[in-house]
Amino acid sequence: MKHTLAILVENRSGVLTRVAGLFSRRGFNIESLAVGVTDNPDISRMTIVVSGDDHVLEQVIKQLNKLIDVIRVSDFEPGETIERELAFFKVKVDKGNRSEVMQIVDVFRAQIVDVGVKSLIVGVTGTNDKIDAIEKLLRGFGILEVVRTGTVAMNRGAKTVKPGK
Amino acid sequence: MGKKTRMTGARALIESLYAEKVEVMFGYPGGVLLPIYDELYDADIDHILVRHEQAAAHAADGYARATGKVGVCLATSGPGATNLVTGIANAYMDSVPIVAITGQVPRPLIGNDAFQEANITGITLPITKHNYLVTDVIDLPWIIKEAFHIASTGRQGPVLVDIPKDVTTDEIDFEYPDKVHLNGYKPVKTGHKQQIKRGAEAIIKARRPVIYVGGGIISSNASKELLEFAEIINAPVTTTLMAKGAFPDIHPLCVGMPGMHGTKYANFAIQESDLLIAIGVRFDDRVTGKVDSFAPNARIIHIDVDPAEISKNVRVDIPIVGNARSILKVLVEFISELKKSKSGTTEWIRKVEKWKQLYPLKYLMDESLKPQYIVEQINELYPDSIIVTEVGQNQMWAAQYFKYSQPRTFISSGGLGTMGFGFPAAMGAKKGRPDKVVFDIAGDGSFQMNSQELATVVKNDIPVIVAILNNGFLGMVRQWQDLFFDKRYSFTSIDNSVDFVKLAEAYGALGLRVTKPEEVGPALKEAVDSLRPTVIDFVVEREENVSPMVPAGAAINEILDLEA
Ligand SMILES: Cc1ncc(C[n+]2csc(CCOP(=O)(O)OP(=O)(O)O)c2C)c(N)n1
Ligand SMILES: [Mg+2]
Repeated sequence: MKHTLAILVENRSGVLTRVAGLFSRRGFNIESLAVGVTDNPDISRMTIVVSGDDHVLEQVIKQLNKLIDVIRVSDFEPGETIERELAFFKVKVDKGNRSEVMQIVDVFRAQIVDVGVKSLIVGVTGTNDKIDAIEKLLRGFGILEVVRTGTVAMNRGAKTVKPGK
Repeated sequence: MGKKTRMTGARALIESLYAEKVEVMFGYPGGVLLPIYDELYDADIDHILVRHEQAAAHAADGYARATGKVGVCLATSGPGATNLVTGIANAYMDSVPIVAITGQVPRPLIGNDAFQEANITGITLPITKHNYLVTDVIDLPWIIKEAFHIASTGRQGPVLVDIPKDVTTDEIDFEYPDKVHLNGYKPVKTGHKQQIKRGAEAIIKARRPVIYVGGGIISSNASKELLEFAEIINAPVTTTLMAKGAFPDIHPLCVGMPGMHGTKYANFAIQESDLLIAIGVRFDDRVTGKVDSFAPNARIIHIDVDPAEISKNVRVDIPIVGNARSILKVLVEFISELKKSKSGTTEWIRKVEKWKQLYPLKYLMDESLKPQYIVEQINELYPDSIIVTEVGQNQMWAAQYFKYSQPRTFISSGGLGTMGFGFPAAMGAKKGRPDKVVFDIAGDGSFQMNSQELATVVKNDIPVIVAILNNGFLGMVRQWQDLFFDKRYSFTSIDNSVDFVKLAEAYGALGLRVTKPEEVGPALKEAVDSLRPTVIDFVVEREENVSPMVPAGAAINEILDLEA
């Protein structure tokens, strides 16, 4: 079972090591991790996707909360969040199949972000599943390189993840 | 808030330690610490120069456990800092409040593999409650403030502060903060009322309750409240190794220690109980044995200050998070309101009583010198002592055969099981409680791991008594080889490796040797009366085993008698 966590942390050096170190030390698996600053420059926000049963999740959250630099941990309810990831695929192309790639890009509302003689870079934002799906199709042309940001997530509606509580 | 004064980082550190009321610290100098040591030269802090940094950490730990105050140790960069690591890990596992201060190479050199550089904040990340690298002298006062606050509140533990040399020579306008601002650290104090009420109701209904308490009772100073609670609900109390002294061993409701080398009656009581009231414990595998068979008939109430301990190893039915002392107070109130008579558990107490009579802790006494007898003699002659232990058989006998009645009088390395802990920890305990007779009940193996501290106790006149239960073996390991490896004593015999009397004398301590039971009492008296640091070499029966014993992986009621 996958869970998406939003973690607000003090924007200090070493915080990422503390969080990542905790996961490896306690034997928790990170599926993806994304981090960036928030509207408050002193606070960063991490989005971490973990896999494990409810017991594992409970321990992850409690252990994270014990870190002094962790201000808040929030576990997203499936279905109540918007989740997105950005990916770039460098795809091998030739004159013959360039337009076929373009078609796939259109269908997925992806973008061509760079055009070369023998390659294209396709940029796509979407859920995990969407990115997996386009990757599968592009694989047929030959993927030279992939980079994915990891999922970021936010609650739908007015509900927020803020340091207040 | 006082007015600001201009000073160096080194001076600011000393002023910060004054503000935290630090009276004693244990340390060892080195290049990057020169500015700090120059300030310590005439500082109003009793700095004890150890002979190995590991001992500084253990001494700070022993000081903290004996007094309830934060222990402080200091070591230089690189090897000095890495020598602290075992001591820090030890304090972490047993939730002991210490602040470890390390020197670091100057900031411009950090990350360059400079001479005596070690990334000590990285190394100690998983074994500290929190740690800091001070990158600007401006930050030093609030970091020290936070370090002491974090170490001593909530679930206590070690905090490390790493200070680069050039930070100690930079100047600031010193002002010590009077508050901490920690967004991410707000330990729960009082328990949730509704949960406490649920607990009280379960307790009233229980017919076979057992109170299972750990180090949390001692760190929250809840012994008085525990006594009242146990008497009001009339339930047996089992104290883990970490809780020895939290509840009087001689109290009729006390059933001693649970688990691997616990009493049979504690283990039987747990296994038959219908309600286990766990307070300040963490369901360690040495206590639970085979975890699926632990307390199979019991609902479990778990009171603990650390929410992460709830349902970590064992599923808990009624968790109550908060300070044990404050929760026990409220719990007693609720129960007094709800309850009319004690009679609900009378039959259960009678049953436990019977087990106590049937299965007492025992050993075979003959003309030979038995280690258990020595512990009993210490108890007989000096019942008000602080007992510190090493690790192994000596530790278990010290736990089993001394009758503890006060918290902070039994000090032992529980979670990490660190051989070499006892002697420096005893030194720390004696510094904190000079009014007490302090024994290190030691093994011949363990003592050799930090015996260099004889120099420290002699030089600083810290009269602790090391009682070596000298069996010429790494006894506890030998016991396992005896039981599970066909008596193939592979590399566990250490007999005749050192003359402990001469060793003591070489350092200027008193050395005594005892080989017969009738010499035990007089030797103990001579040691205590001498007021000198003393080593007593008790040459004991070599192959005595610790009994009873739950084999690893068995349920705790599958407990074997091993006495000869
Ligand atoms: C630093 C360290 N190394 C190894 C061990 C494993 N160990 C546990 S008990 C023990 C034997 C201890 O021997 P001794 O101090 O003589 O005590 P005894 O059991 O004989 O009383 C050993 C080697 C340990 N606990 N700590
Ligand atoms: Mg031994």
